[in-house]
Amino acid sequence: MTNTFDDIAGYAKCLFIIGSNTTEQHPVFGMQLRQAVKQRGIPLIVADPRRIPITQYATIHLRHKPGTDTALLNGLMNVLVTEDLYDHDFVANRTEGFDDLKAKLVEYTPERVAEICGVKADDIRRAARLMAANKPTALMYAMGITQHTSGHGNVMSCANLQMLLGNLGVPGGGVNPLRGQSNVQGACDMGGLPNVYSGYQNVALEASHKKFEGAWGVVPPEDKPGLTVVEMMNAAIAGKVTAMYVFGENPMLSDPDLNHVRHALESLDFLVVQDLFMTETAQLADVVLPGASFAEKDGTFTNSERRVQLLRPALHPLGDTLPDWQIIAKLGQQLIAAGVLGERTEAIQAAPHGAWDYRNSAQIMEEIATLTPSYGGVHHWRLEAGKGLQWPCPNDEHPGTPILHIGKFTRGLGKLTPVDFLPPVELPDDEYPLLLTTGRVLYHYHTGSLTRRAQGLAAIYPEGLIEMHPEDAARLNLANGEIVEVTSRRGQVNVKADVTEKIQPGVVFMTFHFAESAANLLTNSAYDPIAKIPEFKACAVKVTKLPAGACENC
Amino acid sequence: MAVVNITVNDQKISAQMGQTIYQAAAAAGIDIPVLCHHPALPPEGACRVCLVEIDKVRNLQPACTYPVTEGMVVHTASTKVMEARKFALELIISDHPLDCMTCEATGDCRLQDLAYAYGVKGTEFEGGRQHHYAIDDPNPFIQVDRNKCILCRRCVRACNYVNGVEAISVVYRGFNAKIAFGADSTMEDSPCEFCGSCVEVCPVAALWPKMSVGKGRPYQTRQVETVCSYCGVGCKLILHVKGNEIVRVSGADGAANHGFTCVKGRFGYDYVNHTDRLTKPLVRRYLLEGKPKAHAAETAHALSLPGNGHTPDPDMEWVETSWDQALGLVAQKWVATKQTHGRDAFAALCSARCTNEENFLAAKLTRQLMETHSVDHCARL
Repeated sequence: MTNTFDDIAGYAKCLFIIGSNTTEQHPVFGMQLRQAVKQRGIPLIVADPRRIPITQYATIHLRHKPGTDTALLNGLMNVLVTEDLYDHDFVANRTEGFDDLKAKLVEYTPERVAEICGVKADDIRRAARLMAANKPTALMYAMGITQHTSGHGNVMSCANLQMLLGNLGVPGGGVNPLRGQSNVQGACDMGGLPNVYSGYQNVALEASHKKFEGAWGVVPPEDKPGLTVVEMMNAAIAGKVTAMYVFGENPMLSDPDLNHVRHALESLDFLVVQDLFMTETAQLADVVLPGASFAEKDGTFTNSERRVQLLRPALHPLGDTLPDWQIIAKLGQQLIAAGVLGERTEAIQAAPHGAWDYRNSAQIMEEIATLTPSYGGVHHWRLEAGKGLQWPCPNDEHPGTPILHIGKFTRGLGKLTPVDFLPPVELPDDEYPLLLTTGRVLYHYHTGSLTRRAQGLAAIYPEGLIEMHPEDAARLNLANGEIVEVTSRRGQVNVKADVTEKIQPGVVFMTFHFAESAANLLTNSAYDPIAKIPEFKACAVKVTKLPAGACENC
Repeated sequence: MAVVNITVNDQKISAQMGQTIYQAAAAAGIDIPVLCHHPALPPEGACRVCLVEIDKVRNLQPACTYPVTEGMVVHTASTKVMEARKFALELIISDHPLDCMTCEATGDCRLQDLAYAYGVKGTEFEGGRQHHYAIDDPNPFIQVDRNKCILCRRCVRACNYVNGVEAISVVYRGFNAKIAFGADSTMEDSPCEFCGSCVEVCPVAALWPKMSVGKGRPYQTRQVETVCSYCGVGCKLILHVKGNEIVRVSGADGAANHGFTCVKGRFGYDYVNHTDRLTKPLVRRYLLEGKPKAHAAETAHALSLPGNGHTPDPDMEWVETSWDQALGLVAQKWVATKQTHGRDAFAALCSARCTNEENFLAAKLTRQLMETHSVDHCARL
């Protein structure tokens, strides 16, 4: 996020939520947004294919078709430019590329966009005018924007809109991706990505290579990115990747096209999984290492606001389990002892941060601070007191940075980039006539390995459902609670129907929490060419009603 | 903000225009007891425990709602005030069970603290009418005991002003008044999202986490402040621990959550000590016996779950091992992978649910020791 929860809830004059089911997926921030609407009376615009709970408080709900976000955003910007409602000063002083963007936007008249998205042209106009009249608007998005083959373009379009409105670098504005997992921000910040070292230091830059080689003694010789999740799976099937290490992650439910993932993991010579439970992925492993839960260890999480906060151990690790940092550190030591670097072992011994003899997690953070400019002033001792530190926090005196891009963007001028609407790769046709979109519900989290073992949560939401509009259900002579078979080109699941007007005709919705009705058996692993993010939010399926008693497992 | 000069118990105070007497006194370090008032919620003036005497004002006034005005003279501990407060408490306790010895809130109960301070024993109106509500809301999270409810309306306000779904209200009038969910239905049948903000602010044990009943009094637990493990909002939580078990979770005053949390953060913690937890390293038997791996194509059944009609392959059985044995074996296999198939034959997935320190080490292990950039995680999933 460019901004903080507090400044959005306190100072935004208008809220625009696109592709985020905020009150279910980020409930506490969702509450704050709901309060902002109720207490301060600010307008709320929600763009979402489903009638998600927060639409109840919306001034305008743009219920567009899944995968048409760029068209919708371009349509909003078309109105801003056509009606001369954009922020001339901001565009002139803080951005470049306006003429190119303007030329592209001409193609996206509200009438054309209305046709692409299935919303009313007048609603697009009203929404754009509301945002222009109530500055600043805070824009929130989540996986509804990114999990498309056009995900990268969708994000750029969000940035384009906020730059046209002049809503960056101010309290109550910003482009605010809401991160779905406790430390997904931190895992990215720490270089848990194939193209960057910690702090987004690009592996393709000679400077990064030299810096980390100097610090660690050894780094990969190539300065080209490694493989992303989906690429790893493909490489496993091709026999190029033969050993994998997976911790705190369950790709056998969370990744697209699970039959493909199963095939990939079964093709490996050696799979090591480190987790709390015998997850669907762990069942395919050769070695399973028992990790520790959040309550059993210390360390830090970085939230959506880029705020680094300290975890404290409340419990002794259960049985023989160990905090994961200890397991990884021991693995590092064992690898060195087993001669993983051969003669170059000396190089890491001579390097200032080459060694693996970590005594505690605070010491690891010291290494992070030394090697990561944006975390330069982040230390456990600073986090003990206070409200956490928001990066960039380059040194020990720096208080952290709540709002990004004040006065200047990192690259200087903000780049307005024309983006064309690209439909999802797989659209409904005669054989697979419905569009499946996926997500999560309030009471469960990701692959359910935690929440389905939490008694209350499992009791209140015990099984997976497929949401289907009454019109589509009528065509199948389907009633609420009956079992259907859902089939895509990649797989098939049986699941109970939830006939509801929350969903629009022609679209069905499932979650990926439930192994017995795993939506990701159906989803498409086609991905965005730049961000490499799979298209979880749109694929084509067909639904048939099963006769009563036909399904043993349901 | 304009300054207003007032006098409280002969002490001159500078207050801010718009403050209540309670706020101004609290800022000056003068204690006025409150029961229905909660700092995170708008004032209500329901319980009459904060009554104060104001010169030139005919009746006693609730300090939690009464605004300060220039020259106001306030007495917070006069005989008249103390008697009125005691009377208010006697009335509240006349319809409140005196089961403190088995009550969950004992030791952390606002009503108990005030009864103690004002010497209220519950004998003053003995024999009067009392409610006998069934404790029967069927939801899995929150025990609703209306017998203990003092109608302070903190829960109503938390649902309106913290969460916003307005699931709780007070229905009926006079002695019949009670808190209700939706249209006097069950919590599950109301707009309730089970965030538990109502439980967080309840001053007694009228609303209590079902999972925590009988698990320990507040003074028997250790409280540890940490960060929630679910979504990316980063709520700070207080884990209440007894023995080696979390018995309750409450919200801490974090920058993101300001003392509140959601249903998963508050009630979704019992997986931590679940009997399904893995507690020892597990290794497939074939590895310990130095046999080659039978690939899935040949033994499709080997990896299947019990009860599918296949005989499991004994070579694929799980064997519990020591850490040294398991980690030594993993290291050997990875070194062999690198030597036989090259650096890029190894790939790692780190975790959006693990700490920065752990992810940093995993990326370091992949890059420095395995010498490949193929490290990724579920950021896109």
